[in-house]
Amino acid sequence: MEDAGFIIGGYVLTFVTVSFMAWRVVLAGKRLGKSVPPEDKYWR
Amino acid sequence: MTTTDPTLTHTDTGGDSPDDGAGTGTRGTRIIGIATIIAMGWLVAFGLGFSPEDRDQRESVRLLYVHVPTIWIAYLAFTVTAISSGMYFFGKKKSLGWDRLAGASAEIGTVFVAVTLVIGAMWGRLTWGVFWQWDARLTTTALMFVTYIGYLAVRRLGGTHDQRARRSAIIGMIAVLEIPLVHWSVRLWRSLHQEATVLGTDGDVSMDGLMLFSLFVGVIAFSLLYLWLVIHRTRVMAMEDLLDDRGLDDALAARRAEVVPNSNQSNSNRADSNRADSYQDGTV
Repeated sequence: MEDAGFIIGGYVLTFVTVSFMAWRVVLAGKRLGKSVPPEDKYWR
Repeated sequence: MTTTDPTLTHTDTGGDSPDDGAGTGTRGTRIIGIATIIAMGWLVAFGLGFSPEDRDQRESVRLLYVHVPTIWIAYLAFTVTAISSGMYFFGKKKSLGWDRLAGASAEIGTVFVAVTLVIGAMWGRLTWGVFWQWDARLTTTALMFVTYIGYLAVRRLGGTHDQRARRSAIIGMIAVLEIPLVHWSVRLWRSLHQEATVLGTDGDVSMDGLMLFSLFVGVIAFSLLYLWLVIHRTRVMAMEDLLDDRGLDDALAARRAEVVPNSNQSNSNRADSNRADSYQDGTV
């Protein structure tokens, strides 16, 4: 593949970025979830 | 588990599974999450493997299976922000749920625009020979990115949740007007950027079948990712708001508790002082 560095690098950068965002959101949810009683979690 | 503030502590049922009571996961979000991972796998397979190279762009066309879906989903995210902002601003109930949805959607949309800009710059380097040009499409997209960074900054200003919701709702409803500007910039001004291949005015899709399918897989993958992220982020924001409110209540309660003993103390001091005066007067 021509320019494989750019192309694969672009995909890697994208997946790293969105994975980092997803990880941060899940982590924040777990951290805050420990301080919030279940009855206040409307999704439960 | 304990936190530093015992009033904010809730018993942890233990474990890291989404069913442990902590976190924002549910059965629905797990299904969406698994579907997202599968769709992303398909995107890699079709984007980097099965789809053919383009006659003119050669292999760099593979970057467009990420570049195009991320900006489309960013458009969707900002439209959701505008609609949610409108629902909050003009709605009778003034539900903060709409505000949180608007904020969560804008955050995700902003990250997607950042991905679009970076991937677009890499594609530009391969196709045009430069990472960046002050071209109409690129400039308006960068302007949109900066606008939503501003929107997110405004959300972090001080004040009550309602104040945050009101001012960010106004910006959310105005900022969405940039979407048609970005999308039609290639027609409004002379642009280096190519015109729309799929969502053009003529309604004709001038793409190879497998390329179009790869693009379609990208759109599905990033749509699922957006849905998963917006659900989780909205729930996180709901907990942040709740803990903010509870923290304020606790602070007020603590302040009241401080004031009552102090007032008792000052009454006691006053009584001691009166007693001392009485001693000096020789009345006691």
